[in-house]
Amino acid sequence: MTKQLHRAGKSQRVIPGFGLSMGITLFMLSGIILIPLASVLVYSFQLSPREFFELITKTNVVNAFKTSLLCSLFAAFVNSIFGLILAWVLVRYEFPGKRIMDGIIELPFALPTAVAGITLSKLYSDTGVMGGFLGLLGIKAAYTKIGLTIALIFIGIPFVVRSIQPVLETLDPRYEEAAAILGAGKFHTFRKVILPELGPALLTGFGLAFARGVGEYGSVIYISGNNARNQTQVVSYVIMQKLNYVDYPGATAIALVMLFLSFLILLLVNMVQVHQAKRTSCL
Amino acid sequence: MRKQGKKRAAALALMIVAAGILAGCAKQTDFGKDGTITITNVSYDPTREFYQEYNKIFEDYYRDTYKTGITVVQSHGGSGGQARSVIEGAKADVVTLALAHDITMIEKSGLIDSGWINEFEGNSSPYTSAIVFLVRKGNEKNIKDWSDLIKQGVEVITPDPKSSGGACWNFLAAWQYAKVTYQGDEEKMKAFAADLYKNVSVMDSGARGATTTFVENGQGDVLIAWENEAINTVKEYPNQYEIITPSISILAEPSVAVVDENARKDGAEKASEEYLKYLYSDKAQRLIGEYGYRPSNKKILAEFSEKFDLNVNLCTIDDFGGWDAAYETFFADGGIFDEIYAN
Repeated sequence: MTKQLHRAGKSQRVIPGFGLSMGITLFMLSGIILIPLASVLVYSFQLSPREFFELITKTNVVNAFKTSLLCSLFAAFVNSIFGLILAWVLVRYEFPGKRIMDGIIELPFALPTAVAGITLSKLYSDTGVMGGFLGLLGIKAAYTKIGLTIALIFIGIPFVVRSIQPVLETLDPRYEEAAAILGAGKFHTFRKVILPELGPALLTGFGLAFARGVGEYGSVIYISGNNARNQTQVVSYVIMQKLNYVDYPGATAIALVMLFLSFLILLLVNMVQVHQAKRTSCL
Repeated sequence: MRKQGKKRAAALALMIVAAGILAGCAKQTDFGKDGTITITNVSYDPTREFYQEYNKIFEDYYRDTYKTGITVVQSHGGSGGQARSVIEGAKADVVTLALAHDITMIEKSGLIDSGWINEFEGNSSPYTSAIVFLVRKGNEKNIKDWSDLIKQGVEVITPDPKSSGGACWNFLAAWQYAKVTYQGDEEKMKAFAADLYKNVSVMDSGARGATTTFVENGQGDVLIAWENEAINTVKEYPNQYEIITPSISILAEPSVAVVDENARKDGAEKASEEYLKYLYSDKAQRLIGEYGYRPSNKKILAEFSEKFDLNVNLCTIDDFGGWDAAYETFFADGGIFDEIYAN
């Protein structure tokens, strides 16, 4: 009986090679992701619960959590707005140099983050071009949270653009035509027709940019100044401090909490996404 | 069908693992076709240029003496990070790091035999350095000594002792100045250190980053730096910077050691030892002086009396009871640094 069911289940699969591909998937998932994450857990459990709690509630650690999360959220938010505009321009309009512009978007992916960090810190310090200009407006960018957020925006923008682009490309123009025929204004069409379609992709991009920002090290440490007093230390920097003193349990304990917080936020993003998908499919 | 697929997947997984293991074992042997020995020197950032030159003269010397060729591979990076990579399995035959503590860390992992610090002369430090100030040409804020660094409006650049080994030297040098000035009155010493770090405008994660912040990004009035880094900066940017040697500083002793476990495995024990021993030869000592480090050989150091301020009063890490004690007192969580740098 079970055998029959089994066979029936198998015959439904049209594409062959499930076993092999599933095997590779499990191997990759466990070898590349799960085992390293499990070892984080094992290392951090070397601390007693009290030590663990004391460590993660230290002022500088709590501040680092706040800084990392808030700056990453803000940067991901800014990226969502500007990434949407960028993707829109790149998909909807034809203009000379479009291909090149499209390629430039990906540069932050390719650039070693330390190079980006050093370049940004030079540019945004008060002797740099951008920093000098902002200085005239009374804004100090490098070595503050502003500079830190700029670095996070820089590394996060490709995620949003690349998430939205394909969806926008395949978006059926007939929807918009229909909306126009039914008398919707341009803004109304965008808000009620286009944005709901882009919602899931936008959220994905937001989530990716945020996650990248939270874990970022190379590009932020040069521009943030890492000042505990100005609260410009990010979590990855505090983890590096611990690693430099060969304090693996301490480093992994902080990493574990960070992982948990990031997971919660990404879960939230996913829940919104699922909720939205349900709503649009009902319509 | 499905079972077969599973089997195949398992076989594939096994193959990947096996390939990894084989690649690990099939490490090229350290003896080349012509009997050439290869040793790896894992070092820290600012020694890159010096070791490039030194390796050349050592390779010549070794060939002439032992009639076998030798090649030295170098690796550079932050001292603490380099030590960690050796502990985690980087194949180093010798380590030449920024502070003894980093080598002690490797010793604790069992890769280096205990007692390494007495294996070579002068605490196994063939070259030393001091902590000095680098200021912009003209020295606008008139910085002459540590006491000038706590004045209002002076911006100091120094890396974070919590993340950079080199930055610990800076802190300890300042602490020694305070100790002498306030005759050991701990409250006053702490107040001095607190004032000093209040003036630190940018705290980078490492010495190289701090130099970049000061030199390239034009931040701050004074950089607390290793003498060799300061000398090289002045050389690289002529007429833009001045070196100020404070009245009291600390003798920074970068240490060297053979990574016994690895060298034994590679059969390169003798060559590795020879490599470090030759650092004490007159030729190497002069090269050391040329690259801005203080030669440990007193006679040769005297030859460079124009380059180095030999009158500065230098304390050593022993004045703080060694690195382990210094870490415990000053830099561990809740130590003196945390106390004076509290928010």
